[in-house]
Amino acid sequence: MKNKENTTRKINMYVLLLIGVVISLFPFYWMVVGSTLPSGKIFSVPPKLIPGNHLLENAKTLNESLDFARVMWNSLFIAIIYTVISVLLCTMAGYAFAKFQFKGKKFLFFLILCTLMIPFQVTLIPLFEIMVTLDWLNTYQAIILPSIASPFAIFLMRQNMITIPDSMLEAARIDGAGEFKIFFSIIMPTMKPALAAVSIFLFMSQWNNLLWPLITLNSKDMFTLPVALSSLIGMARIDYGQVMLGTTLSVIPILIFFLIFQKNFIAGILGGSVKG
Amino acid sequence: MADLKLVNIKKIYDKNVVSVQDFNLEIRDKEFLVLVGPSGCGKTTTLRMIAGLEEITEGDLFIGDKRVNDVPPKDRDIAMVFQNYALYPHMNVYNNMAFGLKLRKFKKDEIKKRVDNATKILGLEDLLSRKPKALSGGQRQRVALGRAIVRDAEVFLMDEPLSNLDAKLRVQMRAEIQKLHSRLQTTTIYVTHDQTEAMTMATRLVVMKDGLIQQVGAPKEVYDKPNNIFVGGFIGSPAMNFLNGKLEEDYFVMEATRVRVPEGKMKSLREQGYAGKTIVLGIRPEDVLEGPVVNDSPDTKIRASIEVSELMGAEIVLYSKVNNQDFVARVDSSCNVVAGETIDFAFNLEKAHFFDEESELRINTN
Repeated sequence: MKNKENTTRKINMYVLLLIGVVISLFPFYWMVVGSTLPSGKIFSVPPKLIPGNHLLENAKTLNESLDFARVMWNSLFIAIIYTVISVLLCTMAGYAFAKFQFKGKKFLFFLILCTLMIPFQVTLIPLFEIMVTLDWLNTYQAIILPSIASPFAIFLMRQNMITIPDSMLEAARIDGAGEFKIFFSIIMPTMKPALAAVSIFLFMSQWNNLLWPLITLNSKDMFTLPVALSSLIGMARIDYGQVMLGTTLSVIPILIFFLIFQKNFIAGILGGSVKG
Repeated sequence: MADLKLVNIKKIYDKNVVSVQDFNLEIRDKEFLVLVGPSGCGKTTTLRMIAGLEEITEGDLFIGDKRVNDVPPKDRDIAMVFQNYALYPHMNVYNNMAFGLKLRKFKKDEIKKRVDNATKILGLEDLLSRKPKALSGGQRQRVALGRAIVRDAEVFLMDEPLSNLDAKLRVQMRAEIQKLHSRLQTTTIYVTHDQTEAMTMATRLVVMKDGLIQQVGAPKEVYDKPNNIFVGGFIGSPAMNFLNGKLEEDYFVMEATRVRVPEGKMKSLREQGYAGKTIVLGIRPEDVLEGPVVNDSPDTKIRASIEVSELMGAEIVLYSKVNNQDFVARVDSSCNVVAGETIDFAFNLEKAHFFDEESELRINTN
């Protein structure tokens, strides 16, 4: 009797989960299918759910409308450089906030948290003016530098590092390690899960960033993927086939990135919230 | 190897919290010195000041002949063992031990020689490639000791290294640390709040309270001649009994009962002007007698009502009240009294201590 109840419960649960999976995966599936269909057929009723044979044509028109390799390179270059520098900076800042005593520490940290509450749109115009003054419009650094210190990443790193016992750092100090040695040889390796989580977060936020690059980048050879894809939509006739293909391609790097760090990513999220 | 000198050392945290005041001590070469006291007495702060992890507010610290107040920890030639082991979690046992040597640019074969030597002493040979999380508590603490040994430092500092271990392992590691000390002969400063550890390990111990040294001496000396009520109560387990009473004629009088003070002690008390005054009698639970011997010494007989009795095996610890004051006796387990009964005890007053009621200092009666 009880066994039966358990089984029904399990079935119900799986059905619910399955619905969730379908809802979240369908747009991706439709995107992939759409990239193989001619533009006209994507919105046909009933919707086409079986891949068509228009993939190569879509690829051809996509490559005609934009230099896809160049755009991909721009996006990858910006996202990777940004992630590397930002992770390093935010980890250092988080370390300082977690493990060092200095005047105004609490206030500074409060200020950093406050910036989380300011929408990016508010800082958009002043930031743009700074870029104009520096003559940085249409450059990589204009995309990379303004958001290089991410308050969320600093916060996340600090929360994780608070759990590092002070005595470990003191042991290293007595062992003869300088502060940089401690940071790179002791702190960074023990923070691997958190680093993976922060890396993915920062990489994704930069990879998907549209608004700021859209404003600062104005020549086609500097466009990042989101900007380039949105430029396709701006044309008189929207070729959804190529847009779908471009979007599909843009998802691939982030998918790879995520799969590599996935194990650490999940461990990192849990590790931050529940101290084992 | 080196001796240490602490001269008028003081530690004041911001907001004027005084942690250690006027600490003066010479630590001899090869000594195993134990700092002992209740939590918050400043023992760990003192150790951390010696390590250089805590700034010294006032006073001078010498290691050998060198004043090291402003020398960073890594240049003080010390090694430290922490309570929570403080191993590097991402390094295996070998690298945990080798880390300090690598930083000091030792040659590879020299590092290997030293680590091999330490692992042999500590019996860690089979665990070299394991990470700390795959080790038991005792093994981790051994690695932490190994990290200190390979450094071959002048001074070992140990901050309650055994208090994270379970009772059985603690006793075992206690013996191992003692063996280690007799083998390496490195000057060691050991902090603990456990008086048993202090008594068993120390060549000399320093009893601290509220940032002040209460007494310095060999364990036996501190046990036999505690400077004051605090030391008397802190060293020894179960703790010393303290009874308040008055000295009248040849007797120590408490409300309804009185015990006769031995002649020699009485004479010396009288000479020091304590006749007729209220004083504190201190008697250790192990100096309380029970059984037939009680009837032979009617002068020191007192009656107690037992509240709790704890059988320890060979002995039995009796918690009772004497004239409404708490009283503990440790007697042979052949004594079978149970809670609720009354029993007659006798004192071995030759071993009793008398303390001044106001200053709480021990009155010298020998």
